[in-house]
Amino acid sequence: MAEANRTIRPLSPHLQIYRPQMSSISSILTRITGNALIVGVVLAVWWLLAAATSPEYFATANAVATSWFGDLVFTGSLWAVWYHYLSGLRHLIWDAGHGMDLPTAEKLGWVCIIGSVVLTLITIVLV
Amino acid sequence: MRYITDRKRAVGKGPSHSGTEHHWYMQMSAVGLAFLVPTFIYIFGSALGQGHEAVLAIFGRPFPAILTGLVIFVGMRHFAKGATMMIEDYAKGTARKTAIFCVVSLSYAITAVGLFALARIAL
Repeated sequence: MAEANRTIRPLSPHLQIYRPQMSSISSILTRITGNALIVGVVLAVWWLLAAATSPEYFATANAVATSWFGDLVFTGSLWAVWYHYLSGLRHLIWDAGHGMDLPTAEKLGWVCIIGSVVLTLITIVLV
Repeated sequence: MRYITDRKRAVGKGPSHSGTEHHWYMQMSAVGLAFLVPTFIYIFGSALGQGHEAVLAIFGRPFPAILTGLVIFVGMRHFAKGATMMIEDYAKGTARKTAIFCVVSLSYAITAVGLFALARIAL
């Protein structure tokens, strides 16, 4: 049976066929933000390693981390981490068996998108 | 009728052969990170842009050092398993195995470098 089923197993949703909608977009954004965060993590850990190594190395890493490129990466990462944070909470709510109906799920999607932008702006102002 | 316990029937089930273990780990690490990450953002955000001495002073204190270590360790395990999930969705065969190997290695390397840097600063 396992062999017979092999060819007709469902594949991941094909992006070209799906009509963009809140449920799919908010889910895809979760995956993109989660995986893209590795860029910010690499930059941050490199910066930390440089700080631990020597003042000269730190000067180099700090120049990159605080340049326009560093600002771009860390500001992007900040939004990504807040989006991934909120959508992660959404998954925990779903896994607990709540909010699975479409209107609530769509509302939660908007909460993730708008909430992440608001939290990003608050963080930039406060920190 | 099969004489088998409910637990035994559930062991090794599904194409993952590990049941819901992977999903369960993602949930547990997500809850942990939900507590850790906001404070870490605050600490890292206030350290970034400061001079070398100030940065060493911040990450030399026990709380920021321990918190950063936890975020790096738990975060990188969460990343490794999450990225593995993505690779399993889009790649197969050798490409899948190679990509998973690279992602898991990268996450362990980042963890090691991060913890090494913290140890050197804080100890």
